[in-house]
Amino acid sequence: MSDKNLKDNYSKKVQQYQPKPNYFLNCLKAFIIGGLICTFGQLVQNFYIRYFDFTKEDAGNPTVSTLVLIAVLLTAFGVYDRIGQFAGAGSAVPVTGFANSMASAAIEHRSEGIVLGIATNMFKLAGNVIVFGVTAAYIVGLIRYIFQHYLMHQL
Amino acid sequence: MILTGKQSWVFQNDLYINATGTAVGPKEKDGPLKETFDVTFDDLHCGEKNWELAERKLMNTAIETCIQKLNYTYDDVDFFLAGDLLNQNVTANFVARQNQIPFLCMFGACSTSMETLALGSALVDGGFANRIIAATSSHNATAERQFRYPTEYGGQKPDTATATVTGSGAALVSKEKGKVKITSATIGRVADYGIKDPFDMGSAMAPAAAQTISQHFKDLGREPSDYDLIVTGDLSGVGSPIVKDLLKEEGYNVFSTHNDCGLMIYRPDQNVFAGGSGCACSAVVTYGHLVEQIAKGELKRVFVVATGALLSPTMTQQKETIPTIAHGVVLESVEVEG
Amino acid sequence: MEYLIAFVCGGLICVVGQLLLDFIKITPAHVMTLFVVTGAVLDGFGLYDKFIEFAGAGATIPITSFGHSLLHGAMKGAEEHGLIGIGMGMFELTSSGISAAILFSFLAALIFKPKG
Repeated sequence: MSDKNLKDNYSKKVQQYQPKPNYFLNCLKAFIIGGLICTFGQLVQNFYIRYFDFTKEDAGNPTVSTLVLIAVLLTAFGVYDRIGQFAGAGSAVPVTGFANSMASAAIEHRSEGIVLGIATNMFKLAGNVIVFGVTAAYIVGLIRYIFQHYLMHQL
Repeated sequence: MILTGKQSWVFQNDLYINATGTAVGPKEKDGPLKETFDVTFDDLHCGEKNWELAERKLMNTAIETCIQKLNYTYDDVDFFLAGDLLNQNVTANFVARQNQIPFLCMFGACSTSMETLALGSALVDGGFANRIIAATSSHNATAERQFRYPTEYGGQKPDTATATVTGSGAALVSKEKGKVKITSATIGRVADYGIKDPFDMGSAMAPAAAQTISQHFKDLGREPSDYDLIVTGDLSGVGSPIVKDLLKEEGYNVFSTHNDCGLMIYRPDQNVFAGGSGCACSAVVTYGHLVEQIAKGELKRVFVVATGALLSPTMTQQKETIPTIAHGVVLESVEVEG
Repeated sequence: MEYLIAFVCGGLICVVGQLLLDFIKITPAHVMTLFVVTGAVLDGFGLYDKFIEFAGAGATIPITSFGHSLLHGAMKGAEEHGLIGIGMGMFELTSSGISAAILFSFLAALIFKPKG
């Protein structure tokens, strides 16, 4: 049992015991649920364009807010985690997944109070998206701005 | 008790589990062992306002049920050995605050049940205590919240994951005659075979279990056939075949004697991935179902090996591997005299 | 027809995410981070706008569009205010989404208990 050789190879050795995910089925489930969420988003967007006079560019705002509300409600009713287990990336990748990560953290930490519990922990799981999104936008934006305004003029 | 071999204790006096108490949550209440639990709760909150209070309720209930079976009060117990999964062992601490029994707080992750039982038995055997209570608890939501994600988070778990048992088990040990005897114990050493995935603890804990089991055989000069059952705590679906194969390489064939509490406590259709885990897994199965079988004489000698993964979320994020440990206690049925 | 395109495009992005989860074995948080950065980078090349025109909600609903919106707002701010405008405009387009998520999450946490 103290065989160093066994220890070195153990991680590889146990792979045979680990059930492999059903790759095709997981992708199919993700495809269907993710697709359905986006189709629903399209419906909502068209609804806002037709009945609330939003333009195509602006309609994204209330659409995302509506989906966020629905995701928060599903999280609060204890349904989103089950959808998530079924759909995997299909429910995590749409913006509803972002809303779920915030709502679930907020709801979970309610027992620690409103300020130090709910408010402080809300971005526990979603913070990374905002940090990386902003940082990437800054860097890409900087590069593009410099390219457009300085390098283009040189050429 | 004398030190036997490298890591085992063979108790010199006759020690007995005089009574046990078990309390479990809704999923366990719905499982195959439902008839063997003393108290069951229909809701995961156990009527409390947050998860941590619910876990304390489970432990308090298990201990109270245990001592009430003997018509004892807390004053009749000399020492309380307990632990749980939460940071700083708060469940055990706050329960000890309530019951006011002199308290030895212990942490062995999911191996706490046998760790507390072994050490408590050693105290009684050595004359350091007359009666002790060994208890442990775990709760699905408190464990998820602390080790993984908020309970409503939609992240997808792999099939190697296990479901933390919501429950608590307590046992009272003394020299007074009972139906279940504690004869020996083996204390484990920490094993680490390089597994990093916190969603696959079965693979991480199997070597620790194999180490403790094989050392037990060597220390006591025994073989698998000397036991009716060798049961591990929560290796579940992934770790169980691994431990059997690891022991086979050592020359011990446990294929017909081995079972795992994590596989016994739930049905496969209960959405539990690879099976059950948590401190309460080994505790409620042992102190409920197994003790019942031993008391009736249906199992004569059982080696219960509780397995624990000694990780924390910080360690996982720092890319550390998972150290694990396993402690075992031998429970025997009392021979019928005459 | 636009519904079908939205379904397929949104679904495909999720499939990529699922493959990352199952094969590369990174966490959902890592996948979302990667997608947000990808969205910003694609928009940097002017590609994401074309994708939105083609796929509609199939491009605006996945988290990649969050990265796109951040960059879009940043560029708009830069047009108006120069280099410093990058920071000024960053959250302009994403404001309604983030604000909604914060407000609704907060209210939900006040009203609901976790179910486990």
